[in-house]
Amino acid sequence: MLEIKNLHANVNGKEILKGINLSVKAGEIHAIMGPNGSGKSTLSSVLVGNPAFEVTEGEVTFNGKDLLELSPEDRSREGIFLSFQYPVEIPGVSMVNFMRAALNEHRKYNGQPPVSATDFLKLMREKRAIVELDNKLANRSVNEGFSGGEKKRNEIFQMAMLEPKLAILDETDSGLDIDALRIVANGVNKLRTPENAAIVITHYQRLLDYIKPDVVHVLYKGRIVKTAGPELALELEEKGYDWIKKEMGDE
Amino acid sequence: MNNMKAEQQYIELFAQCEDLVCRHASEVMNAPRAQALADFERLGFPSVKGEDYKYTDVALAFTPDYGININRLDIPVNPYDVFRCDVPNMSTSLYFVVNDSFYDKELPKANLPEGVYVGGLKTFTEQHPEIAARYYGKAASSSKDGIIALNTMLAQDGFVLYIPKNVVVERPIQLVNIFRSDVDTMANRRILVIMEPHSEAKLLVCDHSIDDVKFLSTQVIEIFAGEGAYFDYYDLEESSESTTRFSSLHVKQEASSNVLVNGITLNNGLTRNNYYIELNGENAETNLCGMSILDKQQQVDTYSHITHAVSHCTSNELFKNVLNDRAVGAFSGRIFVKEGAQKTEAYQTNRNLCATREARMYSKPQLEIYADDVKCSHGMTTGQLDENALFYMQSRGIPRDEARMLLSVAFTADVIDHVRLDVLKDRLHKLVEKRFRGELTKCASCRICK
Repeated sequence: MLEIKNLHANVNGKEILKGINLSVKAGEIHAIMGPNGSGKSTLSSVLVGNPAFEVTEGEVTFNGKDLLELSPEDRSREGIFLSFQYPVEIPGVSMVNFMRAALNEHRKYNGQPPVSATDFLKLMREKRAIVELDNKLANRSVNEGFSGGEKKRNEIFQMAMLEPKLAILDETDSGLDIDALRIVANGVNKLRTPENAAIVITHYQRLLDYIKPDVVHVLYKGRIVKTAGPELALELEEKGYDWIKKEMGDE
Repeated sequence: MNNMKAEQQYIELFAQCEDLVCRHASEVMNAPRAQALADFERLGFPSVKGEDYKYTDVALAFTPDYGININRLDIPVNPYDVFRCDVPNMSTSLYFVVNDSFYDKELPKANLPEGVYVGGLKTFTEQHPEIAARYYGKAASSSKDGIIALNTMLAQDGFVLYIPKNVVVERPIQLVNIFRSDVDTMANRRILVIMEPHSEAKLLVCDHSIDDVKFLSTQVIEIFAGEGAYFDYYDLEESSESTTRFSSLHVKQEASSNVLVNGITLNNGLTRNNYYIELNGENAETNLCGMSILDKQQQVDTYSHITHAVSHCTSNELFKNVLNDRAVGAFSGRIFVKEGAQKTEAYQTNRNLCATREARMYSKPQLEIYADDVKCSHGMTTGQLDENALFYMQSRGIPRDEARMLLSVAFTADVIDHVRLDVLKDRLHKLVEKRFRGELTKCASCRICK
């Protein structure tokens, strides 16, 4: 599904990603862990086409298409979804209008007619239930005045609405209490199918207790330095990132 | 004053045509003309060198030779045929002023309460000279501003809304000012609104330009809100790029009156809107808001002056501008709290979006406060659309242009939320969206528009 080869990227002229290689197949969940500043969020930003990041080398294909050639909106319509680490507040734009606009753009891209008002509201109701998102929030402006946990639940709600092929969860666990974490993780698990895949970016093992990864990668100084099964996450939790740093000869 | 070149043609015109001007007007309207001429000769047009007209070259706008229909020749048009209401589903009593003449050949079946007068200014001032003389020209003084002087000197007709004491008019009244002419035309319009104590009414005024020729209007609006009166004034300009408008709106409010003025510019050429509001009785409240959506070389220059003359009054002011291309916007808002006007609450906000590097916005809040127990605030921001929000929306599949449109609509939403008429509110939300999509380049309301 997703093939990343030798990906290099800069932000403000500074190289952050220094040759990432990663392959994600349908049905898989990949966890990417690593200390602060290792490039995890840069990787997710580059994959969704954030203009603040500049790709200097390498290639990314998504279901056979050159991802780096696509606009951010086309990446979304092709089935990539980023759950933002810091979801953006959009005062004055209601969740309903926002979601309807997004959904209809996806439908247009796939040659489908716009969704009817009744079907849309039904869909909103169904998907809201997955993350136990209050109807009141759905009627408010996008993320405006939402608590940290509500914002993250709202991200997963949007993911449920758009049914992406590849979901990238960028520190979706940060700022969540245990209950919210369980709700968010349950939501992600309910949306899992053999046809879609997910990349879960996190500092901690905690989230991975709920969302079981198939593969765990360690990103360090812009490169993937270790790849193994779920046991790697446990090992990291126990030994800390210093262990990786030592192995890399940095201590 | 300056060399008065632009003024000269109007002074000469009046000298030559004074008889005609007066013959087709009423005594009440003719009475202040001599003083208006003297004021105009003394003041001339406001200069760009002065503080209040820095961004609008008035003399330049008045220099071209426009035709004025002093002889009151019939304009061959039936506005009820050519005009399709832009606010459908809104049940209004619809009236027209064509150029500067009240259209009375056909009138709506308005079923107005007894004593209410809605109609032409000339007729009203002839039929009710005592009432008219008490109000006409009493809020807008020709001695303060050369454009008001010019208007007072030349005005021959206009529109009147007179609501007697304790009368409530439920149904909104709509006045459409239509510019219709085959040659470049100037119109000097007047609107007089008299709200006697404890009366209520809502007036929606729409400006449209039907033809592609150049139009120039001076409009003087006088609103008198008696004690406890409740009045809404909505002003929607959807004219054309070749239309220039100088509007001067004057409100005098008595105790416990409540007035809303909402001025929206969706399409125009050059517009100057002046708002003068006087709170002369305790517990009066005024809500003054407005917005403009501008592109190409369009310009809107807003000037407001709110006077808190007595204590315990409230004013809320909110103006927003969205500027694209090479558009120019200006806002100057003065709040004047007189000595002794304690417990005044006066809030002013001006927010602007400049969507291009070439667009220009000039904003200037001015608070002048001579009382010590007041709550006053002002806030001004000019900026761009939030890049993070744009990207967030794109990342959900919404194209950048659509995302820009949604954010722009959201930016102006609170001005429309101040509208106290639900159907008009819904309609304005739709019109604004159409405007941002570029589907409102021509006035949307006239059947004869190509």
